[in-house]
Amino acid sequence: MALLEIENMTHYFGGLRAVHNYGLALDPGQIRGLIGPNGAGKTTIFNLITGIYQPSEGSLLMDGKSISGLQPHEIASRGMCRTFQNLRLWRHMTVLEHVMMARHSKIGYGLVGAFFGSSRRHREEAAIERKARDILEVAEIDHLADKMVADLPYGAQRRVEMARALSAEPKILFLDEPTAGMNPEELIRMMEIIRLVHKDLGIAIFLIEHRLKMVMELCEMIQTLVFGEVIAEGTPDEIQNNPMVIDAYLGKEIID
Amino acid sequence: MEEKTGGSPGPKTGLKETIRLFFSRAPLLGWFFGALLAVALEQWVGYDLSDLLGLPKIPVLFGCVLALKKPAMLPGALGYVLAIYILPVTIVARLTAPWANRIAARLFDLPRWVCVMVYLLFFYAILHIWADISAYRELTLKLTLIAVLLTLSLNIINGYMGEFSCSHPGFMAIGAYVASTVSVYFFVDDKLFGTAVFSGVPGWLVFPVALFVGGVAASISALVVAIPSFKTRGDYLAIISLAFMFIVKSAIENLEVVGGSRGLGNQPDWANLFTVFAWTAAGIWVINNFVTSTMGKALNAVRDDEIAASAMTVNTRRVKIIAFLFSAFWAGVAGGLFAHVIRYVNPGTFGIQKLAEVLAMVYFGGLNSVYGSIVGALSLSVLGEVLRPLELFKWIIIPLALILVMIYRPRGLVAFKEFKVENLVRPRGKR
Repeated sequence: MALLEIENMTHYFGGLRAVHNYGLALDPGQIRGLIGPNGAGKTTIFNLITGIYQPSEGSLLMDGKSISGLQPHEIASRGMCRTFQNLRLWRHMTVLEHVMMARHSKIGYGLVGAFFGSSRRHREEAAIERKARDILEVAEIDHLADKMVADLPYGAQRRVEMARALSAEPKILFLDEPTAGMNPEELIRMMEIIRLVHKDLGIAIFLIEHRLKMVMELCEMIQTLVFGEVIAEGTPDEIQNNPMVIDAYLGKEIID
Repeated sequence: MEEKTGGSPGPKTGLKETIRLFFSRAPLLGWFFGALLAVALEQWVGYDLSDLLGLPKIPVLFGCVLALKKPAMLPGALGYVLAIYILPVTIVARLTAPWANRIAARLFDLPRWVCVMVYLLFFYAILHIWADISAYRELTLKLTLIAVLLTLSLNIINGYMGEFSCSHPGFMAIGAYVASTVSVYFFVDDKLFGTAVFSGVPGWLVFPVALFVGGVAASISALVVAIPSFKTRGDYLAIISLAFMFIVKSAIENLEVVGGSRGLGNQPDWANLFTVFAWTAAGIWVINNFVTSTMGKALNAVRDDEIAASAMTVNTRRVKIIAFLFSAFWAGVAGGLFAHVIRYVNPGTFGIQKLAEVLAMVYFGGLNSVYGSIVGALSLSVLGEVLRPLELFKWIIIPLALILVMIYRPRGLVAFKEFKVENLVRPRGKR
């Protein structure tokens, strides 16, 4: 059974139909891509899945249980975490605090522990910090742990977002343009990290990306979205040779 | 790696840097020794010295009030402050540094709470001796401590959580009235409530209960504000909380059971300096514990980006409501303390003036910072007392100071600085 199953998801912004009859079956450990021209509704789909928007119609099942109508934090606690296209970091917090914060729902010491500094709190905080530092190492930003995120270069900020999402121990990681604005060197390192997360940690990945070359290299399956509708789904080879995809990206030749 | 940044900026370090280095080796304990000597000195020779310098009595607030009232006394007041405070404190702090460091190191190895307790008791002893000189000093000190607690509690919302709440005078009023009612109704013979239900119960035993009940009442009333305003983000909280403050004020004015607009008096004299000090210290401790835990830092995440916070498993609405109730609790406790210090409350106290005062303290001192709240509350309440002789001009100088701070340090004097007890009690000078 698929880990995440979406059927007939449709979403309207007022009278505008942003997403139409979207369907997805994401298997555990799969790595998938979502491509499409600007404004096709890719980020909207992410927002719908992660609970930031509520879909107008359709069913979303995770592990066979419905997740429609849940709050973003509930969906995140169930193992679907994401990064944001336009970085959403916490300006006044350090890198380490970012990564620790993603374990918020797993804290067990409770309010009393937080108020009075029980020994359980100290143990748990220490454990959270250890795990956070491990993740920072995976994302290769452990040397930046105590820096404020606002002081970091763009590529490092992207990696902080990724590390933060990983820290919540997701089953599926949603990456919204993980390499946007990166230089070629940063791009290669980011791809390595994505591969590592996928292979070593066994986390399923669903990514939106504009660099087709990267998507073709990384993904097992690719969906192409145009005006809120999936026009093609298949392996990288199939997508590359699909005339409809080529039309969507390059435009039709007009023959009179 | 890099050169040391921060500290005194620019190249004109000469004298400033020398002074800083000269004192950087003195640990907090050394300064405490100095302060202890200063206050003891004041007790022994304060009267004689002020006589000698031609002052009418011991200058209460470091000679400022006196100098402002009678400018001719300025040299005398300065001399007094120099001889009693500045010289003994600095000299002792510097001279005792080597062995103060040794003692500090010994204390530092003890369990942290024992160490902190020793420091707190030492600090209290200094304050106690200092306040012993006059009743006015003691009252000012008590009110300042209460202001610290109130400011810090508001900082949770306006600083750490980044919302704008105006309801703290309301919470304070509820705390004050509930705590007063508990103590007056149960433990004091009074015209309003008749004879005491329990008599002969020691105050130190029941006062914490009264304060706690006051805090809890404020906390529960905070739900009225929290539930509607935390569904969304934005200016709603500011408006609803402002309305709440006025509602509380006029509700109490019309509540004849607790004296209406005449106010409620006759509170038992339970709030001595030690009690106020202990509650303020406890409040700082608990609030600091909360805001430095991952659970409390969720407030910062909500402030900086709420969507990101909720996408990272933070239940933002719950976090906000908890923080708001928590903050209201401490405001209520501060109100209860206030009522028992003044031993009379009336609803007029908890109006827009109080709100302006506490907001000024929060923004003056610094957002998102325990130090900031202490600095803000301390400086503004001391400034308020010191400038009293200037009468009307006081209300020009204080706002001017606020404007200057807002221009040069828009987030307050000591904003975004984590309060770490370890850094305070650590021995110095190991470079």
